[in-house]
Amino acid sequence: MANYEDIISKYQDLPGGIIEAYHALQREYSYIPEDAVRVAAEVFGIPTAKAWGVATFYSYFKVGKRGKNVIRICESAPCHVAGAAEVIAALEKELGIKMGDTTPDGKFTLELCECVGQCQATPVITVNSKPYGDMTPEKVAGVLAEYR
Amino acid sequence: MAEEMRIVLRNYGKIDPLKIDDYMAAGGYKSLEKARSMKQTEVIEEVKKSNLRGRGGAGFNAGMKWNFSYQVQSEEKYVVCNADEGEPGTYKDRIIMENDPQSVIEGMAICGYAIGSKKGYIYCRGEYPYVVDTLNQAIAQAKAKGVLGDFDVEVRMGGGAYVCGEESALIESIEGHRGEPRFKPPFPPVIGLWQKPTIVNNVETFANIPIIIEKGGDWYKAIGAPNYPGTKVLTLTGDVNNRTFFEVPTNTTIREVIFGLGGGIAGGKKFKAVQIGGTSGGFIPESNLDTSIDFDSMNSIGAVLGSGAVFVMDESRDIVDVVARIAKFFEHESCGKCSPCREGTKRMHEMMERLNAGEGSAEDVELLGRLGKVMSVACLCGLGQAAPAPVLTTIKNFNADYQAKFN
Ligand SMILES: Cc1cc2nc3c(=O)[nH]c(=O)nc-3n(C[C@H](O)[C@H](O)[C@H](O)COP(=O)(O)O)c2cc1C
Ligand code: SF4
Ligand code: FES
Repeated sequence: MANYEDIISKYQDLPGGIIEAYHALQREYSYIPEDAVRVAAEVFGIPTAKAWGVATFYSYFKVGKRGKNVIRICESAPCHVAGAAEVIAALEKELGIKMGDTTPDGKFTLELCECVGQCQATPVITVNSKPYGDMTPEKVAGVLAEYR
Repeated sequence: MAEEMRIVLRNYGKIDPLKIDDYMAAGGYKSLEKARSMKQTEVIEEVKKSNLRGRGGAGFNAGMKWNFSYQVQSEEKYVVCNADEGEPGTYKDRIIMENDPQSVIEGMAICGYAIGSKKGYIYCRGEYPYVVDTLNQAIAQAKAKGVLGDFDVEVRMGGGAYVCGEESALIESIEGHRGEPRFKPPFPPVIGLWQKPTIVNNVETFANIPIIIEKGGDWYKAIGAPNYPGTKVLTLTGDVNNRTFFEVPTNTTIREVIFGLGGGIAGGKKFKAVQIGGTSGGFIPESNLDTSIDFDSMNSIGAVLGSGAVFVMDESRDIVDVVARIAKFFEHESCGKCSPCREGTKRMHEMMERLNAGEGSAEDVELLGRLGKVMSVACLCGLGQAAPAPVLTTIKNFNADYQAKFN
């Protein structure tokens, strides 16, 4: 818990800094631990409900456990027509989990997302925000190998 | 044949974006110096005269907007650069910031001088952590050089909410709240960030400012379409040969973009539709391809220029399937503050899925049309107002695709 406070309190004096604090937490844990939301509320002097409301509003944040490596697949229209569905199927098969789930060893989480702004190379996936473009089912294993 | 014209991307590939000396050797920060030797009102006049209109989608005259903030007496004012870039199929602000971050910072500093603000924020989408790094390095270099004077710039990261591109939601987000749009009026130039006068402009808008100050408003307004002068950075996606970005004068036609620069439809197929401006843009049929891309011409065909995303679909594409996908986007991104949008996007998605699965009827199409009309007038912010556009324009222009689903 002390650890959460160390991270969060760096942003205490920044006006509106709670969102930056959440980003910092997520860089550390790949998600926002539930207890950290309570700590954030205390540090920023706002009701827990409000800190919770902010954390859950933004889709880039995930409150509650997630895998070490977060794989997001863009399903916005340009990626959709470029074959995102086949990439999704390949990822699910390769990892043995469905979209939204985490592998039993806690290494990977699969999530759908909207456009990540790398549309010169549709379909696109990101691993821990790092983009991989022109994805094909064949390329999936190679990308995963970097994180295994 | 259409040709590129690089104003915003004038330094693209010519300078090292992480070397401020390169930027300055190319004339960078001379415009800020020049602006500071002018009266504030003169700077605003020059920008007004250029008729530069916002590149973030709403097309408002930048100089006029600045004048609103200038006229308000206030100890504190803010300059905010909208780098939330959430419109699917759009990545032009990323290209600008990655390749020439100083031009954006210089544009913001000129705005700061003109309106009397000493503090700028760049609100950069959370999906671009690598751009945030570039921006922070660029700001540090500008501060170390002392070129910004007493103008400070800080980068804030968005949290992956499309609605935060809407300026009042963006302001709420910088303040550390949920990104829900505010009721307007008052508008941000008068009451914005922390209740102070705030100019929110798009990345591309700011990147245009230094060259306008350098060469003058008259020079700028002679480029492209008279009512929306200058250039626009476009990003091409979908079934087009050259899936890349181009900067073109605003009097370039859609046809020139797709079949000239874009190299035509991929795989030798035929053109079917193009959606311009991002996911909230209208779908445009072949018969309108000779329209120029400027703001007003696009509006006149029931479409928008928006962010400048150009999403091309060939003859093999199922329009209903694409629009169903888009409807899911809006249901997901609706912030839920007002009911016409919260409920409307949900029902719209439901009906589109039903139609797409072949379980819909002509009655659904009729209902969609009515719901869409209500949403476009009753929703609080631009998200809900524009959400029906893909549905309404495809019912109108691509009705056969709908008919095929239930006949
Ligand atoms: C739902 C929604 C999303 C928006 N997203 C963006 C965006 O990502 N970037 C942007 O510059 N403007 C966006 N806008 C427009 C802004 O509200 C605002 O008009 C713009 O930032 C003003 O800058 P400009 O005059 O330079 O275009 C969005 C508007 C709406 C309603
Ligand atoms: S129109 Fe939609 S996004 Fe805009 S305020 Fe209403 S619910 Fe929120
Ligand atoms: S549409 Fe998928 S990255 Fe932009």
